Amino acid sequence: MEMWITQLFNGLSVSSILLLIALGLSVTFGLMGVINMAHGEFTMIGSYAAYLTQNASKAQLPERMSDAYFPVAPAASFLVAFAIGYLLELLLIRHLYGRPLDSLLATWGVGLVLQQIARSIFGAPNVAVNSPSWLNGGLHVMEGVDLPYKRLFILALVAVCLAAMYVYINRSHSGRRMRAVMQNREMAACLGISTRRVDGMTFAIGSGIAGIAGCALTLIGPIGPNIGTYYIVDAFMVVVLGGVGKLIGTVLGALGIGVFNTMFEWWSTASLGKVFVFLCIVAFLQWKPKGLFAVRTRQLD
Amino acid sequence: MRGLWSDRKRLWLLLGYAAASAALFAAPLYLSDFRLNLLAKFLAFAIVALGLDLLWGYTGVLSLGHGVFFGLGAYAMGMHLKLAASGGRLPDFMDWSGLTSLPWFWQPFKSFPAAVLLGILIPSLLALFLGFFTFRNRIKGVYFTILTQALVIIVTTLFVGQQAYTGGTNGLTGFTELLGSPLRSDGMKSALYLATVIALIAAYALCRYLTTSRMGKVLRAIRDGENRVRFLGYDPATYQMATFAVSGALAGLAGMLFVLHVGIISPSMMGIVPSIEMILWVAIGGRGTLVGALIGTLALNYAKSGLSEAYPEIWTIFLGALFIVVTVFLPGGIVGLIRKGAGSVRKKTGRGNAHHEPDVHPVLRGSNRSV
Amino acid sequence: MKRMTWLKSAGLAVSLSVALAGCGNNDKDGASSPPASSSAASSPAASGGDTIKVGILHSLSGTMSISEVTVKNSESMAIDEINAKGGVLGKKIEPIVEDGASDWPTFAEKARKLLSEDKVATVFGGWTSASRKAMLPVFEELNGLLWYPVQYEGLESSPNIFYTGATTNQQIVPSVDYLLEQGKKKFFLLGSDYVFPRTANKIIKAQLAAKGGETVAEEYTPLGHTDYTTIIAKIKEAKPDVVYNTLNGDSNVAFFKQLKDANIAAADLTTLSVSIAEEEVKGIGPDFLAGHLVAWNYYQTTDTPENKTFVENFKAKYGADSVTSDPMEAGYTAVYLWAAAVEKAGSFDVDKVKAAAKGIEWNAPEGKVTIDGDNQHIYKTVRIGEIQPDGMIKELWNSGSPVKPDPYLKGYDWAKDLSAGS
Repeated sequence: MEMWITQLFNGLSVSSILLLIALGLSVTFGLMGVINMAHGEFTMIGSYAAYLTQNASKAQLPERMSDAYFPVAPAASFLVAFAIGYLLELLLIRHLYGRPLDSLLATWGVGLVLQQIARSIFGAPNVAVNSPSWLNGGLHVMEGVDLPYKRLFILALVAVCLAAMYVYINRSHSGRRMRAVMQNREMAACLGISTRRVDGMTFAIGSGIAGIAGCALTLIGPIGPNIGTYYIVDAFMVVVLGGVGKLIGTVLGALGIGVFNTMFEWWSTASLGKVFVFLCIVAFLQWKPKGLFAVRTRQLD
Repeated sequence: MRGLWSDRKRLWLLLGYAAASAALFAAPLYLSDFRLNLLAKFLAFAIVALGLDLLWGYTGVLSLGHGVFFGLGAYAMGMHLKLAASGGRLPDFMDWSGLTSLPWFWQPFKSFPAAVLLGILIPSLLALFLGFFTFRNRIKGVYFTILTQALVIIVTTLFVGQQAYTGGTNGLTGFTELLGSPLRSDGMKSALYLATVIALIAAYALCRYLTTSRMGKVLRAIRDGENRVRFLGYDPATYQMATFAVSGALAGLAGMLFVLHVGIISPSMMGIVPSIEMILWVAIGGRGTLVGALIGTLALNYAKSGLSEAYPEIWTIFLGALFIVVTVFLPGGIVGLIRKGAGSVRKKTGRGNAHHEPDVHPVLRGSNRSV
Repeated sequence: MKRMTWLKSAGLAVSLSVALAGCGNNDKDGASSPPASSSAASSPAASGGDTIKVGILHSLSGTMSISEVTVKNSESMAIDEINAKGGVLGKKIEPIVEDGASDWPTFAEKARKLLSEDKVATVFGGWTSASRKAMLPVFEELNGLLWYPVQYEGLESSPNIFYTGATTNQQIVPSVDYLLEQGKKKFFLLGSDYVFPRTANKIIKAQLAAKGGETVAEEYTPLGHTDYTTIIAKIKEAKPDVVYNTLNGDSNVAFFKQLKDANIAAADLTTLSVSIAEEEVKGIGPDFLAGHLVAWNYYQTTDTPENKTFVENFKAKYGADSVTSDPMEAGYTAVYLWAAAVEKAGSFDVDKVKAAAKGIEWNAPEGKVTIDGDNQHIYKTVRIGEIQPDGMIKELWNSGSPVKPDPYLKGYDWAKDLSAGS
C-alpha cells in the first residue's frame, strides 16, 4: 500500500518535471511549428540563472537570509531565458518559420554553441545550488510515506505555470493575438496584428517557461552545461504523445510517460523501464499518429 | 533525357567521375597513414549520407534514426571481428559478464560472408518493419522524425543494458584480424580503403540509378505532394518503405566499413548526436543532390576534425555556428551555393530545364505546413 | 548546364578533399601550439629541437568533460612545473591538447593522430573504461605509451599503458572489507549501467559471498539518469545496511539530492561511493553529502608535504575555489613518473622508457608510489574517507602502506572464478 502511494507520487513528480520542460516546448513546437532542439539549453540557462541569483544573494545578504534568493530565482530564470529566447527569435528563428526540419538542425547548432558558452563561463564541472532550508524534509502522510517538500513545491510550480499559461492564452489580449496568428497568420496580419511581435513574444514565453523548469531542476538534479540534453528527447515525446498544440494533451502526455516510467522501473530496471516506455510511445503513435488530442483539420497537406 | 546524354555533356560527366575516382583511388599514394585512415572513415560516412539523401533530399522523409542502422551494420561486422580475435574462446566481455557459452545469435557471425550479409540485411529489414507500420499509418513529417528518435533511444538503451551480449557502453573493440590476415598491416589498410572507395562508388551508382529512374520521379513527387501522388494511383507508402530500406542497408554497409577502419563500435555511435550529425552532412552539402551528400560529409568531417585539432577547448562553438549559418542562410548547402554562382551562366544560355535537379525549397516546404 | 554544374561540383569535391587533407597535414604544426600551454615554445621540429611533444587527450566537450577537464588541468600543471625546472633530458615538454569529445571512436582517432602525426613521446589521457579500451589497440599497434589516470575495473594490463589510478584491489576490495568490519552485512549495489559498475559489482558479490556478507539487490541506471525516486523506494524496501554506490557523474547529483529529500541521511543509511571526489562534492553541494563515505587513494586533505605544495600550486594556478581530487592527483603523478622514467632511461624511446619505469619510486601527493614492473600499475595507499560539511574529505582509515596492484585479483581465493580465462 505505502509502496503504491509512494510510487504514484513518484510518477507524479517525474511527470511534473517533464511537463514543466514540455510546456515551453508545446508553445514553440505546438503553436509555432519550430522544433527547438535548443530548448534543453534554455532549461540550462534557467538553472545557471538560479545559480547566479544564489551567488549574488550570498554575496550581498547576511548569512541568516541565505534562503532569500529562492523566491526570486524562478523569476530571474524566467526573465533571463525569456530575454535570450527573444533575442534568438529575432536573430535566427524568424528565418525558419514553415521549415520545421530546418529549425531542428539550426537549433541543434544553437544548442551546441550555448553548451560551449556555458562551459567556458561556468567551467565544465557541475555547480551546486543549495536549496532553501524550508524546502528540506517532507510531508509525513503515513508510515513509510513521506512526500518531499521539494517535489510538492515543483508540483505547485507546475500548477501555477499551467494556470498562468491558460489564462494568458485564453483570457488576455496578447494571448488572443497569439492564437489568432497561430491559427491564420495572413488573416491576423490583415486585421492589424503585428505578427512579428507576436512571434517573438511566443517564442520568448516558451523559452522563459523552460527557464523556470531549469530553476526547478536545481532542486533535484545536477546543474551543468549538458543538463539540457538529458531531457530534450523525453520532452518532445511528451508533446507529440499529447498531440501538438493542445495544453491538455501535453499534460496528459507528461502524466502518461511519468507514471508508466516509474511503474515499469519499479517492476523491472531503469534501463528496461525506459525501453518499455518508448516502445509504448511508438506503438501508441501507430494507433493515433497525431497524439492523444489532435487538432482536427480537413487540411490534407 | 536526350539532353542529358548529349555527347559533350556526357564526356564532361564521365571526365568528372573519372577524375574524382582517380583522386580517391590514388589517395594511399599521397596521404599519410593517419590521414588515409581518416579519409577512409569519412568515405564510409559518405555512404550513409547518400542513403539519407535518398530518403530526405529526394523523398522528403527525415530520419533521425540512421545511427541505429549504421550501428547495427557496425555491430554485425564487430561481432565477426570479435569472434575472430577471440580465436574460438568466448569474447572477453562475455567472460566477465558471466556467460559460459556463445549466445545463439552470435553463432552466424562466425562466418564472414554471413556477417556481411546480415550487416546489410538486419538494418534494412528493421527499416522495412518500422516503415511498414509508420508509412502505412501515414505518420509523416515531424512525427516520423520524432518516432525515429524514439527508436534510437530504445536501441541504444538496450545495447548499453545488455552488456553480456553486446559489450555494453564499451562496445566491441580489440579486433586483430580479418579473414586470417592482421587487420593493421599496411596491405590490409590499403585494401580496406580501396574496398571503401569501391563501395562508395557502387552506392553512388545505385542512388544515381534510383533517382534518375522512374522511381526517382515518383519519390520527388511524394516529397512535393504526397496526397497528389496518392490520388494519381501510386501508393506512396510502398515507395517510402523501399527507400527507407535501401537507405538503412546503405547505413549498415557504411557501419561495417567504419568498424574495419576505426576498430571500435559502441552504442554512443548509434545515439541521437551521431544521428543528427549524419543529417547535417547532407544538409551542409546540399540536400536533394547526391554529390552534395558526398561533399557535405567530407567537408563537415574535415571541418570537425580540423577545428577540434586547432581549438580543442572551444571548437564546438564553431561547429554549432556552422550548422546555424548553413541551415538558415544557405538552405541549398554547398552545392546550392555553387549553383547560385553558376546561375548567371544558366540565365545567359537559357537552358537547364530539360533535366531538372530539384530545387531545394520544396523540401523545406515539405508536408508539414499543417503542424 | 546542369552537367556543367555537376562537373564543377565533382571537381570541387576532389579538390576539396585533397586540399582539406593537405590542410589537415599542415595543421599539425600550426594548430598544435596555440591552445596548448603558452609557456611551450612553438618549434615545429619537435624531437630534433629543444622541445619534446607529449599528448593530452581528455574529453573537453560532451558529458565527460565534467570530470576530465580538471585532470587535463593538473597534467598541464605538472608539465609547467617540470618545464620550469628545466624540462626532461634538457628539453622542454610541449603538450599537445586534443579533445576526445566524450566519444570513444574520437579517442581512437585522436590517439592515432597524436602518435602518427605529432609523433608524441607519450600520451596522458582517458577517463572512462570505454575510452581506454578504444585507445588501447591504437597504442599497441603503433607502440605508443599511454598514462591512464583513473581508478578502473581491472582485468587489464596492456604493455603500452601505465595505470596510475587504482585497480580493484586498491579501492573496491579493501573498501568492502572495511564495511564488513564495521558490521555492515547487507549490501545494496547501485551503479550506472556500464562496464566499471558491473564488473565492480561482480567482484563485490563474490567477495560478500565468501566473507559472510549479503547482496540484497543490484540496480543499474542508464548513464545520465536523473530520477532516483524509484530506486530510493527500492532501497527503502530492501532495507540494506549500506548502499555501495558506483554511479557516475551527473547521476550522483540527482541520487544524493533526492536521497536527502526522502528523509534518508547518512546517519540512517551508510553509502560508500567510489566515483565521488572533492570536485564532485563541490558540484553536488556538501550539504547533501556530509557524512557519506568514499573510497580513494588521495584526498585534498591528505597530509604529506608534497600534497601541500600540490594543493597550493593548483589553487594559485586555477583559482582559490578550485579543489584537487584523486584522478587529478593520479594525472599529475603520471606526468612526473613518465619524466622520471625518461630521465632514468636517458631516452624518449617507448621501449626504453618502459624498461626504465620498472620499480621507479616517487613521492606523490598521496605518498610514496612505486611502479610495478609486472603489470605497469602503481602501488597506492588505500584510504576510506568521510565527506565533511565544508566539502573536504576526512580520512577515516588507510591501508598503512602502499598496496601492491593486482588487476586480475590473483591473490584472492574467492576471486578465482572471476579472472578465469581473462
